[in-house]
Amino acid sequence: MTTPIDRGGSWHPLVELALARLREFAREPEAIFWAFIFPILMSVALAIAFPGGGSKPAIVGIEPGDDANGIHEALEHAPGVTVRDLAPGTEARALREGEVHLLVVPTSPPTYRFDPAREESRVARLLVDDALKHAAGRPDPWSAREDPVQVPGSRYVDWLIPGIVGLNIMGTSMWGIGFSIVQARMRKLLKRLVASPMHKREYLLAQVGGRLILLAPEAGVPLLFGVFVLGLPIRGSLMTTSIVCLVGALAFGGVGLLLASRARTFEAISGLMNMTMVPMWVLSGVFFSSSNFPQAVQPLIQALPLTALIDALRAVVLDGVGLAAVSRELAVLAGWGLGGFALALRIFRWT
Amino acid sequence: MTGIMTGVMCSNLIKRYGDVVAVDRLSFEVARGECFGLLGPNGAGKTTTIEILEGLLEPDAGDVQILGLTWRGHDGELRQRIGVQLQETQLADKLTVEETLRLFRSFYHRGRTIDELLRLVELESKRRSWVGRLSGGQRQRLAVACALAGEPDLLFLDEPTTGLDPQSRRQLWHLLAEFRSQGGTILLTTHYMDEAETLCDRVAIVDHGRVIAEGSPRELIATLGAPRVVTHQGTLEDVFVALTGRHLREE
Repeated sequence: MTTPIDRGGSWHPLVELALARLREFAREPEAIFWAFIFPILMSVALAIAFPGGGSKPAIVGIEPGDDANGIHEALEHAPGVTVRDLAPGTEARALREGEVHLLVVPTSPPTYRFDPAREESRVARLLVDDALKHAAGRPDPWSAREDPVQVPGSRYVDWLIPGIVGLNIMGTSMWGIGFSIVQARMRKLLKRLVASPMHKREYLLAQVGGRLILLAPEAGVPLLFGVFVLGLPIRGSLMTTSIVCLVGALAFGGVGLLLASRARTFEAISGLMNMTMVPMWVLSGVFFSSSNFPQAVQPLIQALPLTALIDALRAVVLDGVGLAAVSRELAVLAGWGLGGFALALRIFRWT
Repeated sequence: MTGIMTGVMCSNLIKRYGDVVAVDRLSFEVARGECFGLLGPNGAGKTTTIEILEGLLEPDAGDVQILGLTWRGHDGELRQRIGVQLQETQLADKLTVEETLRLFRSFYHRGRTIDELLRLVELESKRRSWVGRLSGGQRQRLAVACALAGEPDLLFLDEPTTGLDPQSRRQLWHLLAEFRSQGGTILLTTHYMDEAETLCDRVAIVDHGRVIAEGSPRELIATLGAPRVVTHQGTLEDVFVALTGRHLREE
């Protein structure tokens, strides 16, 4: 045992380094925006795109013709149908661009012009056909009693939110770590730090650790917004959800360190970040299920950290599973985190 | 002069960047308690040399001993015992003076308190200011305070007063004199003659990566012979001109 260490009132270097990282972050207004405001805006956009309750009406246009007025009248009060008045000559374009889901041509009997590949157009066809036949005097043999049920957790938006949370954890971890390291390198601050008795390992650990404190708001804001505004059910335990987010942040911290380990300019790090993240935006099932991709590439997709994080989050949040059920995903994430950290420490450019 | 009394020793240092030889068989020694200056124009190899001595660059050939120790195998110990100010470092703009010092102080196992450091470099009133809002002179004093945080035995300074106004330079010189008076050893680079004459016990004049003259400022000036003009006191600038036929600021 040597003489006790006297740090002159400072904390352990790991703490001081993480504090420095946090302070710099908190004093950077843009960083606050990306970490907190952006996920809120994204969630608000989702709320507008997927309003809770009710279904979207079928939007129908009517081509000009002798019987156009009669059809207009018949559809105007039909349930679930909205008639949109179109300027003459613009009907074909409106259909093509999805402004209307179906065009009624007032022939006798009427012609429905629509794209059967589009689900909302097929729905519009059924609703319009029913309304017009009813108006033409078709008797209803009976009318069914309806019992509308909304199953929380089964809507698209419920599926989407864990994806957004994963995306946010990835983006903020990687950009936050990448830019701050490259900036310190450009300012020769890294060189100054290694000229002091600082341990390199502790610097890298602090970069990742400093970010973890920000994880609570970064993952929490979109999740809470989902719960309170969009009615997202969180079926798994809060602890399990937090652990998944934490392991996810560690994984992307490791990847972020690795990407930033050699880059000397913002251009270089931006390129590396985009090259890494954009494929995951597409492949990892944020907006649509990754099972849409061919079987041959599935092993690759399953090995991506974002896929692992989002799959684990969906399993915990929507299906309420425990940690054991997502152990494969957690192992993938831990692998990325530890592997990235170890490799970054070896190849890191300090001077 | 080896072992315990040696501050810095380097012999036959060579460093090449591609075809360019930045440091060319450079050798000198600095005794403990001495202030030694590497003097020369920009591009003479001063920064490369001092960064090799600081253990930040690996020389292509040659030996280095710092406080009697080699870098290999003693990195951790030496880093605790030296203080470093680099030429181009910009400390984090959005940390305060106090936070910056706390950070650097945390790396050292012993040393001064933050209050002592602030007093030493006369930045007490700037304690809570962001580094980005400091003047050039204040920033440089903060850089020196970071270098002094671990109460080093040996201080490396790379062009410590370049770009500073006369008053800031004098303030810094005063600070370094105080460090010396407590037995500290200094190795600095400069291209200011008056700085070398004021601070250094001995200087090595470096040009094209080699030491072309070495001695105390007075000795070197004496080599010029009697001043040619009565009102003109000989300076190190004259020594440099006499040795190379060029002025120090010429590129």
